[in-house]
Amino acid sequence: MSEERGFSRRKFLQGVGAGALAAGAMPDLARGAEAPEDAPDLAGPGPVPVTLDVNGVRTTIEVEPRVTLLDALRSRLDITGAKKVCDHGACGACTVLLDGRPVYACSMLAIAAQGKKIETVESLAPGGELNAVQQAFVAHDGLQCGFCTSGFVLASEALLRQNPRPSHEEVLEALSGNLCRCGSYQGIKKASGAAPGGG
Amino acid sequence: MYSVGHSEERKDGVAKVRGTARYVDDMTFPGMLHARTIRSTIACGEVLAVRHALEEQGFTVVTARDIPGENVIALIADDQPCLADGVVRHAEEPLLIVAHPQRAALWQARVDVEYHARAPLLDAERSSTIFKEVQIDKGDPGRGFAAADVVVEGEYRTSWQEQLYIEPNGVIAVPENGGVTIHGSLQCPYYVHAALCRVLGLAGGKVRVVQAVTGGGFGGKEEYPSMIAAHAALAALKSGRPVKLVYDRMEDMAATTKRHPAVVRHRTGVTWDGRITAMDIDVLMDAGAYTTLSPVVISRGALHATGPYRCDHVHVRGRAVMTNTPPNGAFRGFGAPQTEFAAEAHMDRIAERLAIDPLTLRERNAWRPGDTTATGQTLGADCSALDVLCEAALRTDFQGKWRRNRGSGRGIGLSLFFHGAGFTGAGEERLASRAALELTAFGARIHVSSTELGQGAHTVLPQIVAETLRVPYEYIEIAPVDTAGVPDSGPTVASRTSMIVGGILQRCAEEMRDRLGSLSPEEYLELHGPLVITKEYERPPGSVWDEEHYRGDAYGTYTFGCNVVELEVDPVTYEARPRRLTAVLDFGKALNPALAKGQIEGGSVQGLGYALLEEVVHKEGRMANNQLANYAIPTTLDVPPLDVVILETPYRHGPFGAKGLVEAPIDGPAPAVINALRNAGYDLRSLPATPEKIMEARCGST
Ligand code: FES
Ligand code: FES
Repeated sequence: MSEERGFSRRKFLQGVGAGALAAGAMPDLARGAEAPEDAPDLAGPGPVPVTLDVNGVRTTIEVEPRVTLLDALRSRLDITGAKKVCDHGACGACTVLLDGRPVYACSMLAIAAQGKKIETVESLAPGGELNAVQQAFVAHDGLQCGFCTSGFVLASEALLRQNPRPSHEEVLEALSGNLCRCGSYQGIKKASGAAPGGG
Repeated sequence: MYSVGHSEERKDGVAKVRGTARYVDDMTFPGMLHARTIRSTIACGEVLAVRHALEEQGFTVVTARDIPGENVIALIADDQPCLADGVVRHAEEPLLIVAHPQRAALWQARVDVEYHARAPLLDAERSSTIFKEVQIDKGDPGRGFAAADVVVEGEYRTSWQEQLYIEPNGVIAVPENGGVTIHGSLQCPYYVHAALCRVLGLAGGKVRVVQAVTGGGFGGKEEYPSMIAAHAALAALKSGRPVKLVYDRMEDMAATTKRHPAVVRHRTGVTWDGRITAMDIDVLMDAGAYTTLSPVVISRGALHATGPYRCDHVHVRGRAVMTNTPPNGAFRGFGAPQTEFAAEAHMDRIAERLAIDPLTLRERNAWRPGDTTATGQTLGADCSALDVLCEAALRTDFQGKWRRNRGSGRGIGLSLFFHGAGFTGAGEERLASRAALELTAFGARIHVSSTELGQGAHTVLPQIVAETLRVPYEYIEIAPVDTAGVPDSGPTVASRTSMIVGGILQRCAEEMRDRLGSLSPEEYLELHGPLVITKEYERPPGSVWDEEHYRGDAYGTYTFGCNVVELEVDPVTYEARPRRLTAVLDFGKALNPALAKGQIEGGSVQGLGYALLEEVVHKEGRMANNQLANYAIPTTLDVPPLDVVILETPYRHGPFGAKGLVEAPIDGPAPAVINALRNAGYDLRSLPATPEKIMEARCGST
């Protein structure tokens, strides 16, 4: 993700407007560059510029104030590691780190995340080398279908950065805001207890 | 051993922890539209008029009239329409599909539907429409009851359970080559393929189904993706654009299938010394509005209704009936969790009546090798019901704790269970699954339609091939699951993948190994050119099944398990708090012990949810608590320590001795919990055991 790309997307959005949406063919966009969630022909106060610092890159996008951080990441920036499961703050699959603290990206507006350091799961292994928490999840089979995994990895990462030697109870507590229907809790707990803090 | 028996790392693990695995909602296509389903708000009646001005607002609108083929989602009975055409038989029934370039616009699509509502039929016990009835008869129950000293009767009830795969359902349909390609979160690509050909009126070659990385299924993505794919495909063909149709959580919970509610009635003859002389069992399941998979679910339910116990005189009747609720469907266990819950809760009531302990009663009656099931199937040397029972009881000091606990507010409960591996009866023969193995420069590439859902299929199948070819696991690849490129190896259901598809691949690999002789793969390719070996399922010799009379070998074999649950009941809130769950499972061979353990733990956790937490609340045929916030599933804080023990009594027709695994673990926790509550002084006969029910079930109040 580069400044340049953010800029060109912004220009693209300004250029398209409502008219092109009705047209049969859309330009051949890069993967992830969906039609905006906040198109101008919908009700609402209209888009505002929002600058997000995601994984060390600052990008300015135009979104309606009501757009959540999760939708901004997924639909506007094509950063899809955080998943949408309940969209109601009840599962933790959308977890990202905000200044190092885990938050539900579905329950926060993109504009409210301005000025904060946002980290998604993609930032943990930038060059492809898994960090300690990720390695521990693989080694202890702390996942099955993987859809909850980025949320658990980040919840565990946040815990271990703050508290490199958590007790069993602290691990349970830190992970209790995340749901895993595959029931990989044993592996997840082991991974979170086993990974050395600080990732 | 090269690979089998080793805890190899799952092939899909790294992409999943990095967040780079692309699930269907992570993908987009140029020009893609987003779709939404407009559903009925009533449970029963007629649609008189549908009014909207959506086309003028830039929406593509699909109705039943846009269906080029048949308005049906092809499965067993073909009675379920793709889009309701005038008649509504359940709430949330799809009426229209609307699509728009902007996802956010979908929620502003206004559609007015005028109905003539009728009173819905919501009580399965009052339904006279039977989708499927099965009868199992063995011996002469009249004689068996005559030989009994005591007859114990009981009625047991279970309710819906939502699969709640964490990734909601979703597909993308792309118009391509005069047909359509589906990318979807799904278990059974060839089911979707067959259904689409019928709805779209297209030849097989024009429809292509590709599995995207899938965030869990548990049966919930067995049949319903055919519906979603048909809807997206219709919108894609009408608009000429790719169409993404991803459900949000509330819609997914309200509209898609769930575990069938059941009422199971037992009448059992026993002697004073604890031998079962006769069983008469009636199973009623609520199928919902359409047949879907219910005939097979009731069949499996009935076949597991006796529990793993010897008895010469048995009558089982099973019925799946129609009601005006969304159709119920496949969910891990597939009918067996309901009937095994009843069987095991009933066993503890029999023990109580005879004043013997639950372990002794089970020891007396548990199947041994050479015993026959209710259908007359003779159990092989791999029948290990008694082994799992003894292991679990010893490990937990069951008898001692059971005696000490009685009525103390603390309880220990036991359940003994079994699970038929693979399709029922002649199902595997009918499927005639195929799998292919292609020689590569280092090893081989597997071509199957078996899907990775998190259960580890794409790790375990390569292990079987690596072992047979005697090459490292890393050298075995698996081709993308794409109907344009892989043979139909059947659906990924019924705990069949390792045992059945793994078995076919093992035979492919054996032939490949023979053909290679002393040549390395590279040398072979240079000398003889490409090598692809395709094989088909072969029924184990000597096995027979009579579908009409339900006699013979209902399954190739059975997996056995025993659970012990220890719990405490809070004297103030009446919450049952599990303190420990012990799960002993024997599925022949743990091809990958770490993954097997994960499956046992996962199934046990879902089983604990079924036992204690998960309750679907219906109002007039609609799910009222269709949110994660008020349909509770277990979190890290709800799961007690799990003690998992794997026994390995090999099955001679399974690859390296393996049988089916992933469903069995969910059969046991619920009855073990209910039996632990009985030990603690609470007589419950229905699921889930909520605090309200536990309070009502206090000692002496029943
Ligand atoms: S998607 Fe954000 S908490 Fe569930
Ligand atoms: S791994 Fe599937 S939900 Fe957690």
